[in-house]
Amino acid sequence: MPHSRLTGSRIRERRLVLGLKQAALAKEVGISAAYLNLIEHNRRRVGDALLDAISKVLRTDPAVLAEGAEAALLGALSEADKRLPQAQAELDRSEDFAGRFPGWASLVTAQNQRIQELEQMVEALSDRLTHDPELAASLHEVISAVTAIRSTAAILSGGGEVDQEWQDRFLRNMRDEGMRLSGAAQGLVEFLDAGASAEVVPIGPAEELATFLEAHDHFFPVLEEVTGSDAGVHDRAIGRLIADSDALTSREAQDMARQFLSQYMSEAVAMPLQDFQTARETYRWGPMALAHAFDQPLPTVLRRIAFVPPSEGGIGAGVISCDGAGALGLRKSVPGFTLPRFGAACPYWPVFQALAQPDRPMQTVVRQPGGARRRYVCQAICVRRDAPSFNHPPALEAVMLIRELDDALDGEALAHTPPVEVGSACRVCPRPDCAARREATILSAG
Amino acid sequence: MTKQVLVIEDEPNIAEAISFILSRDGWNVSTHASGTTAVQAVRDVQPDVLILDVMLPGKSGYDILQDLRSSDDTRALPVLMLTARGQKTDRELAERLGVSRFMTKPFSNTEMLSNLRELVGG
Repeated sequence: MPHSRLTGSRIRERRLVLGLKQAALAKEVGISAAYLNLIEHNRRRVGDALLDAISKVLRTDPAVLAEGAEAALLGALSEADKRLPQAQAELDRSEDFAGRFPGWASLVTAQNQRIQELEQMVEALSDRLTHDPELAASLHEVISAVTAIRSTAAILSGGGEVDQEWQDRFLRNMRDEGMRLSGAAQGLVEFLDAGASAEVVPIGPAEELATFLEAHDHFFPVLEEVTGSDAGVHDRAIGRLIADSDALTSREAQDMARQFLSQYMSEAVAMPLQDFQTARETYRWGPMALAHAFDQPLPTVLRRIAFVPPSEGGIGAGVISCDGAGALGLRKSVPGFTLPRFGAACPYWPVFQALAQPDRPMQTVVRQPGGARRRYVCQAICVRRDAPSFNHPPALEAVMLIRELDDALDGEALAHTPPVEVGSACRVCPRPDCAARREATILSAG
Repeated sequence: MTKQVLVIEDEPNIAEAISFILSRDGWNVSTHASGTTAVQAVRDVQPDVLILDVMLPGKSGYDILQDLRSSDDTRALPVLMLTARGQKTDRELAERLGVSRFMTKPFSNTEMLSNLRELVGG
């Protein structure tokens, strides 16, 4: 067990909380009071066996004494430092800082977390304003109505001759345009109000589906339970899930959800949860081996790996899919790897490389800027969704599994692979001099 | 001599207001609402000047302008472009394609008339 330099301090704190004398604790664990004193002042390291004994007497978990609440705090401080390295925080003294001023350290990490949340909100709002077709259409409506009203009003009030028939006609036009303007303005206000709230209200069927899937964390125990039943039972289970959802308000979103859940169902039937969990242990999450074992296409396996949550033995992976134009469809995020909620993603993502080489599985280690700079293994494949036909371009779909690099799982070779530096979306990517940049960033470099 | 102007605009109330303003000013006005058949309308009407909206059903004003500038019989036609998007990039794109004047919506009737008169040398 890794012990931090403050293990002794935590032993002392815990002992004092329990009102236990130093000599009494030392006696209980079979060491001298003088030696315990050295340990408590962090001048001697404490071995695992002794730590176990001390933790039993102090009625606590050895990990709490070894790493303490500071472990998370130290990790968060390290993340804060990476986000703003130009501040030149004394990273080598972060343990002292966290130990001596835990409240201030918590404040620093809470603020870092808040900055991260705000950046994500800015990203969502920025993407929304830049790419949202509904916003563009609403603005066009407003400008068209205003143009008609302004020109017509200028005619009526301009002093030139306008006969009664034309006057009536223009007044009618102005009334109609006024109604249209009021409707468009109301729509815009609703849109911007929704955008201003932290929780983004779904706009359009795709977003409704995404909200529905996120609410279920892309996992549907009800469907897992009925894999052995007939198609009628499956359909009824799917229907109930859709009917019970608050997110799926439009008919289109419900149709999309039905399509998604039907695919989920057929994949759950092909790879039942229990069998999948057993096979997964045998094949150590290797998608190729799992595909072979279950005789399933790789995209199915990638989705299945991502949809099984950690509570069911999953690895908490994310998954995305895109079409031949690179438009993202399925988006299941993974902690630390930022996916844009709207608009285009970083073109360096392996899923887009896979599009260029259909049927070739690709595995790449990547890293995003900011945050904890964790490394992620991305496994992607591009397949065609339609049947081949002469002189007709294929309908391509690429699927990419995203999971944090795990040294134990991935082995030495992958662990030592230099990561490909990728972003999330240009607007929120600070990387300077990126050849693939489409638009300026709203973040400062660093 | 009465000058002929063709207004390609899909918003009926805007087209009607423009038609009235120009007719009252002594222009002979034709209107057309489709982007897809706009170039053919230009050939049919043979206007002295064209008012061209950008966002049209079927084909954008930019594409229509490009077609007009690539054809001998319409290359020199003065074109006043109207758009709801007045960003620098939109103006630059229009200029690159050979627009004669560029106005953003909502526009002033007087300014539009003034631009048209200049374009036909009136």
